[in-house]
Amino acid sequence: MNQEGRLVLEDGYTLEGRVFGFSKAVSGEVVFNTGMVGYPEALTDPSYQGQILVLTYPLVGNYGVPAMERSDELNQEFESDRIQVSGLVVSDLSLQYHHWKARRSLDQWLFEAGIIGLSGVDTRALTKHLRNHGSLLGKIVFDDVDVEFCDPNREDVVRQVTVAEPVLYPAGTPRIVLVDCGCKRSILRNLLDRGATVLRVPYDYDFEGADFDGVLISNGPGDPKMCSTTIAHTRILMQRRVPLLGICLGAQVLALAAGANTYKLKFGHRGQNQPCVEVGTERCYVTSQNHGYAVEVETLPAGWQAWFVNANDGTNEGIRHCSLPFKGVQFHPEAAPGPVDTNFIFDDFLRMVHAS
Amino acid sequence: MPLKFEKILILGSGALKIGEAGEFDYSGSQAVKALKDSGIKTVLVNPNIATIQTSDDLADEVYLLPVSPYFVEQVIQKEKPDGIFLGFGGQTALNCGLTLDETGVFEKYNVHVLGTPIQAIRETEDRDLFVRKLAEIGVRVPKSIAATAVGDAIRAAHQIGYPVMLRSAYALGGLGSGLCTNDDSLQERASRSLAHSPQVLIEEYLTGWKEIEYEVVRDRFDNCVTVCNMENFDPMGIHTGESIVVAPSQTLSNSEYHRLRSIAIKVVRHLRVVGECNIQFAVHPCS
Repeated sequence: MNQEGRLVLEDGYTLEGRVFGFSKAVSGEVVFNTGMVGYPEALTDPSYQGQILVLTYPLVGNYGVPAMERSDELNQEFESDRIQVSGLVVSDLSLQYHHWKARRSLDQWLFEAGIIGLSGVDTRALTKHLRNHGSLLGKIVFDDVDVEFCDPNREDVVRQVTVAEPVLYPAGTPRIVLVDCGCKRSILRNLLDRGATVLRVPYDYDFEGADFDGVLISNGPGDPKMCSTTIAHTRILMQRRVPLLGICLGAQVLALAAGANTYKLKFGHRGQNQPCVEVGTERCYVTSQNHGYAVEVETLPAGWQAWFVNANDGTNEGIRHCSLPFKGVQFHPEAAPGPVDTNFIFDDFLRMVHAS
Repeated sequence: MPLKFEKILILGSGALKIGEAGEFDYSGSQAVKALKDSGIKTVLVNPNIATIQTSDDLADEVYLLPVSPYFVEQVIQKEKPDGIFLGFGGQTALNCGLTLDETGVFEKYNVHVLGTPIQAIRETEDRDLFVRKLAEIGVRVPKSIAATAVGDAIRAAHQIGYPVMLRSAYALGGLGSGLCTNDDSLQERASRSLAHSPQVLIEEYLTGWKEIEYEVVRDRFDNCVTVCNMENFDPMGIHTGESIVVAPSQTLSNSEYHRLRSIAIKVVRHLRVVGECNIQFAVHPCS
């Protein structure tokens, strides 16, 4: 626990701290999240695959970690069956936890999962650095153990988090195909809670012979342009006028399939208080976000329009087709972690599916 | 309601004591500044000379008078404002506003209550109405029975079972409220409370539960944000005024945090609050 460790960024910026969890040097893209609660959800969010996560909230681990039952796939506290981040960086690690559901500390959980953590880091300085310089590659190292920098955005990281084979979750209607690009369980839960039958499929599923009413393309890690197969298949779905909803990476895939462009944001949006204004209204929603890329709204082809805009920096947070049932949101209507204010997006999607 | 207001009366923060809002001097000052920025004349009633908002460079007119129906009516008569803010002076200002509404003063001088509507203030201040209003949207509150006489209070306590919490309606910061464990203590407390309050509430006692608060702001477009949530260092049973409060909460998981946040927003929307509102929750520590 008292082992010294270092976070080294690709530009040489180095911060020292103490290693916790499992002592294994790692590298990845260093990103920060501003949420105040929800570390069990965040750490298991597949969109963080290949990333070293910095939590700006200073006191982490207070309420411990609940039991993780493998059998219970829809367990509410976790967004997948394992920790997805490469490493975790916190300011103050809470060694004593208190919560009725807690079964172990954050330190123990990371140790058992083989994930390294670094505590005692000035996360405020680190976040300012990342905001000024943009997202950077980094590594957590200790003693003489060193690793090479690696960029998850140059790899097909979605392949590492997508489901291996289609899985059917039978319920009522409609029948939704959930394209798993690293899908958070909450998305699945939101569809099942509304009575839909869900077929969860790998990201390169070709839809041949499948019988369905609508398709939801999930969130996921990395650069959306790496998902060329998913983009090609989405284009075919659009030609067939299948009702489509994209969430986060899914929205970017939708935009790329429509012919628009995506680009990397300077330091991304990761947090639980991102304000999004619905275009054409005075309504602003507080949303949960986790994305490093965005849709370049100027490149949207005719027939498409911006649906939501980020009130902080004016970047696009959602797109929709003017007449066809295609919509995408850059934020997370399923929240987890975060506010559930935009949960209505799922109702909207299912209404759209029923209407088509 | 006119679209553009000329002159607005603000009931000020008053003293630093339970029931007044001396500590909200800041928010009242911000309100004055915001009105001035919009080119609206401001009139302030505040008996506390030692506040920022009574500084001579803030409000256009300052009356160093008590925030009471009598004086406020005089000011309204003299200044003829077309709008009034009741939400910046704590319980005293709210009660004052309710009285002025009931006695028809606002109507007589054609003063519009801005921000949270007067009916919403009434619904939150009358605990019986409040409980019913929350039941409409399925928000559960501690078992609670209103009583206007000591005998009714004791019958209510028997129905709920001791220990019970006695609360005075329209009370200043919980004044006169307290724990009652038997008929004797209830009799004593209820007669004392009913001496200065028309109604008491006998409530289920939730000692040991986590005490969580949310600060919610809603605008007239129905946008809602929770500025923060807070967790009391001591559990229910120890008055907030004698405890420490930490922002944000420290022992809530994501689902608990956001479930309470959603309920807080639902309540604020249902009550049609416009402006800032504090909502408190008791959370069972093990479920």
